[in-house]
Amino acid sequence: MKIASRFALPLAAFALLLVVLIAGLYHAPEKGVIVSPLLGKPAPQFSLPGLLDESSPLQAQTLRGHWSLLNVWGTWCVECRAEHQTLLQIKQQGRVPIFGIDWKDDDAKARAWLGELGNPYERIGADREGRVAIDWGVYGAPESFLISPSGTVVYKHVGALTPEIWQQEFLSRLL
Amino acid sequence: MLMALLALAALLSGPRALAIDSIPPLPDPALQQRYLTLTHELRCMQCQNESLADSPVGLASDLRRDVHEQLLAGESDQQILDHMVARYGEFILFRPRMSWRNAWLWSLPAVLMLVGIFIGVRVLRDRRQHVDEESEESLDA
Repeated sequence: MKIASRFALPLAAFALLLVVLIAGLYHAPEKGVIVSPLLGKPAPQFSLPGLLDESSPLQAQTLRGHWSLLNVWGTWCVECRAEHQTLLQIKQQGRVPIFGIDWKDDDAKARAWLGELGNPYERIGADREGRVAIDWGVYGAPESFLISPSGTVVYKHVGALTPEIWQQEFLSRLL
Repeated sequence: MLMALLALAALLSGPRALAIDSIPPLPDPALQQRYLTLTHELRCMQCQNESLADSPVGLASDLRRDVHEQLLAGESDQQILDHMVARYGEFILFRPRMSWRNAWLWSLPAVLMLVGIFIGVRVLRDRRQHVDEESEESLDA
């Protein structure tokens, strides 16, 4: 009896630790995705030259007055190719205009990509030096931001968009 | 002796020759030292267990460029770290900052040590009492 009580406390502590650690393994709230500090804040100020038309730049003001999907991509990004079909579907849906940041890319390659796969974007800014992407806290393409009409960053998704993610995480947030 | 010196020189110059960082060093050695410290304190967001200084990926070199430019522009270390945290969150810092949210985690080692000392003292006291009782018993016999 005395031996049992002597081991009871350490055993209970060990069991508790085990439960906490196992729960932590399976119940990571963000599943390894880094939460952006931009969420709920005004979108950063930026201005990028247009990829297709130099005279129509992509700026913070471009994203004002309507909901926007801002998509960061590049022709060097394999997952972006997989995502492209979803972007075309979103464009066809016509509920939210898509704006693109072409991240550290070759302009000619980017134009060829759009010619081949179709262009889902209202407007594309060429971020040739990757400075604007840093201001948006981008760390891996593709990344997608939902911007409210007042210019607030409402949601961010890292990785390829799918119709399900678009429906559940983006459209559900439109007011 | 000469061989040993040569070997030492080769060892010391080796890492420099293999360095990932292609940005020329800052003109002022003090600035360059701060640059090295900062790029080792900041995480490469793409390959998350490497520092900016050690990572060959594009984003890391872009962020090194930013640190370099901000140092030249006369910003303080704190300003540069704040700049990075505002964009990428505290995850970019290898040493998380203390806040009310993580205060319990920071204080955990001290708390655990106190618990350990408490248990240790009690065990020792019990044992001493035990030994005392035993020796009294043996005296009685």
